Amino acid sequence: MSILGTRVVRTEDPRLLTAGGTYVDDLRVPELAGAARVTFVRSPFGHAMITGIDASAALAAPGVVAVLTFQDINDIPPPPPPPEGGPPPGSEAAPLPLGGVWQEPLLAVDRVRYVGEPVAIVITDETYQGEDAAELVSVDYDPLPAVVGVGKALSGDTLLFPDAGSNIPVDHAAGDTAFEGCDVVVEREIMNQRVAPVPLEGRATAAVWADGKLTVWVSTQNAQISRFILAGAFGLNPDAIRVVAPDVGGGFGAKVGLDRDAITVAWAARHIGRALRWVETRSENLTGMTHGRAQRHSIKIGGTRDGRVLAYRLDVVQDTGAYSRMGGFLPTLTNLMAAGPYDIAHVEAGYRVVVTNTTPISAYRGAGRPEATAAIERAMDLFAAEIGMDPAAVRRKNLVPSDKFPYQTPCGATYDTGDYIGALDKVLAGAGYDELRAEQARRRERGDVVQLGIGVASYVEITAADADGGETARVEVHDDGTAMVYTGSSAHGQGHHTAWAMIVEADLGIPMAKVTVKHGDTDEIPLGTGTYGSRSLQLGGVAVHRANLEVKEQARKLAAEMMEASEADLELNTDSGLWQVRGDPGSSRTWADVASHAGAEGLTAFVHYTDGAPTFPFGSHVAVAEVDTETGKVTLVRHVTVDDAGTVLNPVLTEGQRHGGIAQGVAQALLEEMIYDADGNPLTGTLADYAAISATELPSFELLVSETPATINPLGAKGIGEAGTIGATPAMQSAVIDAVSHLGVRHIDMPTTPARVWAAISEARNSQ
Amino acid sequence: MTVNGSAVTAEVADRTLLVHFLRDVAGLTATNIGCDTTSCGACTVLLDGQSVKSCTVLAAQAEGREVTTLEGLAAAGGEMHPVQQAFHAEHGLQCGFCTPGMVMAAVSLLAENPHPTEEQVRTGLEGNLCRCTGYHNIVRAVLAASGQAEGQDSQ
Amino acid sequence: MIPAAFTYKRAWSVDEALDLAAQGGEDAKFLAGGHSLLPLMKLRLAVPETLVDIGRLAELSSVRDEGSYIAVGALTTHHDLATSGLLGQELPLLAHAAGEVGDPQVRHRGTIGGSLVHADPAADLPAVILALDATLVARGPGGSREIAAADFFHGLFETALAPGELLTEIRIPKPAQAGWAFQKFTKRAIDWAIVGVAVQGDAVALVNMGQTPVRAAAVEQALASGAAPDAAAAHAADGTSAPEDINADRGYREHLARVLVGRALAESRSRS
Repeated sequence: MSILGTRVVRTEDPRLLTAGGTYVDDLRVPELAGAARVTFVRSPFGHAMITGIDASAALAAPGVVAVLTFQDINDIPPPPPPPEGGPPPGSEAAPLPLGGVWQEPLLAVDRVRYVGEPVAIVITDETYQGEDAAELVSVDYDPLPAVVGVGKALSGDTLLFPDAGSNIPVDHAAGDTAFEGCDVVVEREIMNQRVAPVPLEGRATAAVWADGKLTVWVSTQNAQISRFILAGAFGLNPDAIRVVAPDVGGGFGAKVGLDRDAITVAWAARHIGRALRWVETRSENLTGMTHGRAQRHSIKIGGTRDGRVLAYRLDVVQDTGAYSRMGGFLPTLTNLMAAGPYDIAHVEAGYRVVVTNTTPISAYRGAGRPEATAAIERAMDLFAAEIGMDPAAVRRKNLVPSDKFPYQTPCGATYDTGDYIGALDKVLAGAGYDELRAEQARRRERGDVVQLGIGVASYVEITAADADGGETARVEVHDDGTAMVYTGSSAHGQGHHTAWAMIVEADLGIPMAKVTVKHGDTDEIPLGTGTYGSRSLQLGGVAVHRANLEVKEQARKLAAEMMEASEADLELNTDSGLWQVRGDPGSSRTWADVASHAGAEGLTAFVHYTDGAPTFPFGSHVAVAEVDTETGKVTLVRHVTVDDAGTVLNPVLTEGQRHGGIAQGVAQALLEEMIYDADGNPLTGTLADYAAISATELPSFELLVSETPATINPLGAKGIGEAGTIGATPAMQSAVIDAVSHLGVRHIDMPTTPARVWAAISEARNSQ
Repeated sequence: MTVNGSAVTAEVADRTLLVHFLRDVAGLTATNIGCDTTSCGACTVLLDGQSVKSCTVLAAQAEGREVTTLEGLAAAGGEMHPVQQAFHAEHGLQCGFCTPGMVMAAVSLLAENPHPTEEQVRTGLEGNLCRCTGYHNIVRAVLAASGQAEGQDSQ
Repeated sequence: MIPAAFTYKRAWSVDEALDLAAQGGEDAKFLAGGHSLLPLMKLRLAVPETLVDIGRLAELSSVRDEGSYIAVGALTTHHDLATSGLLGQELPLLAHAAGEVGDPQVRHRGTIGGSLVHADPAADLPAVILALDATLVARGPGGSREIAAADFFHGLFETALAPGELLTEIRIPKPAQAGWAFQKFTKRAIDWAIVGVAVQGDAVALVNMGQTPVRAAAVEQALASGAAPDAAAAHAADGTSAPEDINADRGYREHLARVLVGRALAESRSRS
C-alpha cells in the first residue's frame, strides 16, 4: 500500500512545537557572534526631494558604529542595462525589469517616492540603541505633491520620474471587442484593492563577509534566486556567495528573492567589515514589504438573455506603487487568466501599469490570478443580475464542458484537465444550495433585519507558470540505510519535508523516519528555484520522484551484482524496502547493504526536472454570509469549497493549504485594505489599523474532495497553494452583495466593511 | 524571575521588554515578535499561569514572578504537552512563527475554560493572529486537546 | 518597537507611589498593567522619563460589597472584573464590558484604573462607569478626593486627575434599575469599538462618539418624558461630535449610535 494519498502528520512539527523554529532573528551561529544591528531610517513622506542628511547627532549616540547613505555606496557596480537586441523592457515579452529611468535605488538618492522608502541605515552594537540613534538622523525633505490612486497617476499632473515623461511605464491597454450580437451588455469599473501580505515573520537578513565570501541568511522563499540577485548586485561570481534560508515565518509571494533592504544590509556588512543583522518591525513591514493586488478593472460582459456569455472585456490598470518590481509582470497573468473557467467566444484583455507614491506592489498569494477571477466572477454576477438568472445557473451554462479539454482560451492559456461543471455541482450540493436559497427567500419575505447572502464562484488558475525553469532534487541513500533529499524547493510552512519523505518511502520503501530533507542552503543546493506560484509539488516533488527512480536503477545494478542475478530478476519490495530476486524469497538485500556496495560516489542521483508544464487547478466556492441590514455588519457563516489540484499526495497538507488560502481570500473581500491618504500617508500602517483577519471572523471551512489528475507528471499533481485564495475572494464578495441585492444593490467594492455595506444599502434605498 | 522552572537573574536596562529578556538573556528564542502594537500575540507566554503578551510587559514587571514559555511546556522527560500533541495531530501549524504564542494562549484558554465551544475557542484566540492556517486546524487542535472532537475532515 | 529610555521605579505602597511620582515631576507616569501606556511608549508617542510601577499594590486590586455601592480597586484587571461573581451579580454591565476589552492576554494585564486614566473615548470602560454614575477616588500628595464620573473625563486622553495623583478606587452605586446592555460594534472582535453603547436602566452612555465618553442626554430625556425606547433612540446622536476615521465617517457613526441605542434599550428592558 503506497503511503501516497494517505494522511500523514508533519515531520516538521516536533521541533517547531517544542523548541520553536529558528528564524533569522533566532540564529546563534558562530559567524554572527558579535554581529551589529541594522536600523533603517525611512521616509515619512510619500513624495519629497531630499535636500540634506545630517547624521552628526546619530553618530554621537551610544553604540553607533556607522550611519550610511547612498553617498557611501560607491563600491558596487551600477545596474546593468537591458540586454542588447532583446525585447524592450515593459513589453509583453519582457515585462520586467524596467530599470532605466524607472530604476529603484538601494538607498534613496535625491528623492523619496513612498512612505517607508529606505533613506539611510544606522548600525549599532545593540538592538535597542538602533531606534534611539535612527531618531537622531536628521533628514531634510522638500515635500512634493503626491500621486495616489490610478486616476491621479494616469493624469500625469505630477510625475514620480520626470525623465520618463509619464507615470505609465507599461501600456498595453485593452482594445475593443465585438459586443454586437449581445442582447445584454453590462459594464462596470471595480477595484481589486491593495492589501498587505502580513506574514507573521517580517523581513529579516543577516550578512557577513569572510575570506572573500559573502554569506547571507535571509527570510526568503528562494535561496538560489537570492544568490543570483546578490551576484548581480555586487558583480560577483555566485560561487563567492552563500545564501541560507533558515526557518521562514511565512512568505505568500512577498519574500520571493530578496529586496533592496536586504541587499543594502549585505552591502553594509562589507562596507564596515562587520557581521550585521536586520529584523524589521511590523510597522516597517506594513510599508516596507511589498503589497499585493491594487488593480482597477474595467469590466464589460455581454451575452444573450437566456444566459450565454458571448463577449468579455477586461482592462486592467495595475498600480505598481513607486517602483515596478513584480507589479509590471502580474497583470500579464491577470490577462492570461481573464476568461476564467468559461467558454467565451470573444475575450479582450489588456493592461497598463502606473506608478504611484505608495509601497511597491509584488506577488501576494495568487499573484495576478485572484484579480482575474474576481473580475470575471463579478462580471458573471452582474450579467446574471441583469438577465434575472440564478448566478449558479449562468455559470453552469458557460463553464468549459469536460469534453473540451485541453481547452485553449482566447487569452492564450491552454487549460490541461478539468471538470468545472462537476466542481460547481459538487459545491452546490455540499452547500445545500437550494435550501440556502429557500432560507434567503423566507428572510426576504419576512423582511428580517439579518439577511442571508449566497456567493458562488468558479475559478481556474495557473500553477507552475514557470515550469520550464523547473526544480532540482538530489537523493542519496547512505550505507546505514538512511536517505537524504536535497531539494531546490523552499518550504516556509508547506510541509515539503514531510511530502518529499513520503515520496521516497513510496518509491524506495525507505521509511519516512529514515529520510532527511534539506533545502535552502546554496552551499548544499546551488541549483534550484524555490517556492512560489504553487509549483513545488508538481516540479520539486516530481524531481524527487525522478531522482528516486534513478537511484533505484543504480541500486538494481548493484543488487544484481551482489546477488549474482540478472537485473531483470531484481525486484524492490517497497513495503519492506528489500531488494529481492524474483522467485527466491530467501534472497534479500537491504538498502544499507546495497549502498555499502556502492563505492566512492555512493548511491545518489541528481535531477533537474524541466519537462513539466503549467497546470490549471480549478474549483468552485460557495460562501454564505449574514448581513445586518441596519448596520452593514457582515458575518461569514459558512464557506464550502471544491479545490481540485489533481491527485492529492497528503490530504493533511492539502487541507491546510486550502484553509489558509480561503482565510486570506475571505480577508480581502471582507476586511483588509491598505489605505493611503492623498499625500501618500498610509492610514493602515500598524496591525492595530490594518485589519488582518482573526479566528473570530471565520467559521470552520467545509472542504469537499475532488481530484482530477494532471496528466503532465506522474504524481498527477497540480498546485494547491493559492487556489483557495483565488476562489474565496469572489465568493465572499458575492455573498455580501447577494444578501442585499433585493434592496437594489448590484455591487459593493472590496473590502465589504460595515461602512461600505451600509452606504450601498442607503444608496439603493434612496434611489428607489 | 523564574522561567520554565529555573531562576534567571540579570541586570538589564529599565526599558527591557519581557520578550527580549526571554529571548536574549534567558536564551529562549521560541517566543517570537510579530508586531509592535500588541496585536498579533506571537509573543504570548504565561505569567504566573496567565497568558500575557510579553512584548507589552517590562521585564521588571515580571521580576519575582513565574514565566512559562513554549520551551517549558513539555514534560521533563520530553513528552509533549497535550496542547502540543494536539497541534501536531491536527496540523495546527505551518510556518511555525505564530505557534509558540498560539500554543501558550491555548494552554491558558483551556486552563480557564476546560471545555470550550468552538465559538469560545475562536473568541479566546482573538488576540493571536495566524496567516498560514486559516485557524481551522488550530481550533480543531484546541478542541481536541480539551478532549472534545470537532467538525469533520474533507468529505 | 522599543520605548525611549526611562527610569523605572517600583512602589510597594500607595504613599511610596505618590512620593516617587512627585519626585519624577511632570514626566513621571504610573505603570499599572501597562496595556494603555506601553503600546504608546513603544511607538514613542509617549516618552515619560520616569515610570512608577504600581503593579505590586495588591491592596488596590479588589472587588468589595460596601452595602450601597461596590468598591472596585483601580488595579483590578479586566479579567478579574469579568470573572468576579460579585460583579456578575451586582454590576453585570461592568463584568460583561470588562470581558469585551481587547483580548484574553490584554485582559490578564490591563486594569480598570489604567483604562479610565488613559481616557480613550473609544475604550469600553469609561462609558460604562459614566452610565453607572460611579465615583472615582483619587489620592494625591494633598490627600484623597472623590470625583464624579461625569466630571472625570475632560477631553481626549485627559482626565480630572492632577499630575502625581493616583486613582485608587471606583465606587459604583448598586443600580436601582436592573436592566443593562452593552453593545460594542466592531469590524473584528479585537478592534476598538467603532461605536459602543452602555445602558444601565435608563442611563445611556456612548463609546467613541466624541472626545470623551458621553451620556446620551437627549435619549435619557426622551425616556424620562415617557418616550418608547425606539423613539428615544432616534436622539442617540443629538449633541455629539462623532470622530471620523478609516472605519466610519460622522454620519455612519451617528446612524450606528441610533441603531445600537435602540438595540441596547430593548436588550436592557428584556433583562429587567
